Amino acid sequence: MSPARSATPWARAWQRLRRRPPALIGLGTLILIGLLAVIVPMLSPYDFATPDWDALLQAPTGTHWFGTDALGRDLLVRLMWGCRISLLVGLAASLISVLIGVLWGATAGYIGGKTDSLLMRTVDVLYSVPFIPLVIVLTVLFGRSFLLVFVAIGAVSWLDIARIVRGQTLSLKNREFIEAARALGLGDATMIRRHLLPNLLGIVIIYATLTVPAVIIFEAFLSFLGLGVHAPLASLGTLVADGAHHLKSHPYLLTIPAVFLTLIIVSFGLLGDGLRDALDPHEAR
Amino acid sequence: MLRFILRRLGVAVPTLLVIVTLAFALLHATPGGPFDSAKHMPAAILKSIEAQYHLDEPLWRQYLRYLGNLLQGDLGPSFQYRNTSVNELVRVGFPVDVLVGGLALLVALFVGGSLGLIAAIRRRTAWDYLPMFFASLGVAVPVFVVAPLLILIFAVQLHWLPSGDWRWGQPRYLILPVTALALPFIAYIARMTRGAGIEVLTSPYIRTARAKGLAPRTILLRHALRPILMPLVSFLGPAFAGVLTGSIIVESVFGLPGIGRYFLVGAINRDYTLVVGITVLYGALIIAFNLLADLCYAWLDPRVRLQP
Repeated sequence: MSPARSATPWARAWQRLRRRPPALIGLGTLILIGLLAVIVPMLSPYDFATPDWDALLQAPTGTHWFGTDALGRDLLVRLMWGCRISLLVGLAASLISVLIGVLWGATAGYIGGKTDSLLMRTVDVLYSVPFIPLVIVLTVLFGRSFLLVFVAIGAVSWLDIARIVRGQTLSLKNREFIEAARALGLGDATMIRRHLLPNLLGIVIIYATLTVPAVIIFEAFLSFLGLGVHAPLASLGTLVADGAHHLKSHPYLLTIPAVFLTLIIVSFGLLGDGLRDALDPHEAR
Repeated sequence: MLRFILRRLGVAVPTLLVIVTLAFALLHATPGGPFDSAKHMPAAILKSIEAQYHLDEPLWRQYLRYLGNLLQGDLGPSFQYRNTSVNELVRVGFPVDVLVGGLALLVALFVGGSLGLIAAIRRRTAWDYLPMFFASLGVAVPVFVVAPLLILIFAVQLHWLPSGDWRWGQPRYLILPVTALALPFIAYIARMTRGAGIEVLTSPYIRTARAKGLAPRTILLRHALRPILMPLVSFLGPAFAGVLTGSIIVESVFGLPGIGRYFLVGAINRDYTLVVGITVLYGALIIAFNLLADLCYAWLDPRVRLQP
């Protein structure tokens, strides 16, 4: 027995994560951006919607730190609202997709047999559906709405998680401790709650961290095409699109949102890589 | 092998059917009919037009007719571009997509694969760290950010390349779109190849080959290269799908006349048949490419065929 026997798996995972500076930098950056996104719009004298016709397209100055856009709106405030929306969409849609994916994959893996093939063939079929064009079609046909974007993103991104959770459940099912629990006469519900889900949690957390940036990119993609959030609200994708229109004369309108979008996505990536090493014993060397 | 092909087809055909059925359902769920704008049309003429487009038939017959037309490769007429079928638009636009997308995919495979391989061989040196730093950035930056940034740097600031537009036979107009489309995939493929490379190069059979005294070159080319490149084959399917959707962005940012731009313009103008037709086309292409990638993989790696 190893001497670290007394520590809980979570404490050990935290220990391992603490030794990985990139993951900590990622986590810190995300917390910082999240805090700024909440605080800055509350403190700033400007709001994201009101145009200022006397301050159109101003380069960054002391009054407007990140400059203003084509309608004279303060870019800093709009950017922080964009971060709010992108992070919120990313987290909420990921939560939905993780819930669907875990339920789907765990059911397939736990029950097995015909149910398994049916559920997993469905996932195979959905994998080949061209979702981005389909979502564009949906927004065109039924008008764009925040809810639709949300549902669309949630519906696409659970497939990976379902596959991974199913594989993990299959391998867990044949382990000795599950057999022992079954021999003790544990029912299915208790088995899933007490023994299956806790052992799935690590891998689910890892993939949730990797789903969030994918969702943020997808939302930004839709907003870039003008199919995402409504004006005057802006997500990071809208801001990048706005910036791309003015890139010849006012490049800061493009570069600043682009930097923040990249920062968020890179940070989630670093955090996800670190969590994978910390939570997945097979990967840790 | 035959059983494997049949099994994959058993997934591909229902998938295609799902897409087509969805497409048909969407077309019919749209609020308003295609001829609503012609308000002052006499009822008799409207009836005859509807008969001409078979809109007066029961829904199941329309569905079967739609399927039949699709089987013959007919995507129907475009609502927006009068007197033009979706097929003609595809015929005009598709060569652009094939050229730009194909080049981007080739560049990504070649550059990404080489960078990853070098990083795996020269592990923990500058050859590893530097490309991998940029690769982790490149994975994170989406095409719609890369494309305007490339224009900003190479067209607006440096004046080296045109910022958009399209001329057949002039490679200058190709460089930026292809780069923008390829960059995320270069990064992804480089990371993937590096991972596979490290796994293969540290495996026992390579150690045996080294112990036998084989030259490093021989080990790499004869023994290690094939298993290292295997994951690339299975990545081809998703990569192809990614290039297709990426081309929607790249074509609209750079103003290329491909189907991606028709798709987007059609989406904004609510050209239902065009948008749905192109979606079906995209779906069919993605399915075909996934099938092809799977078959290649099974052909290269016999173990895959035997899996249940």
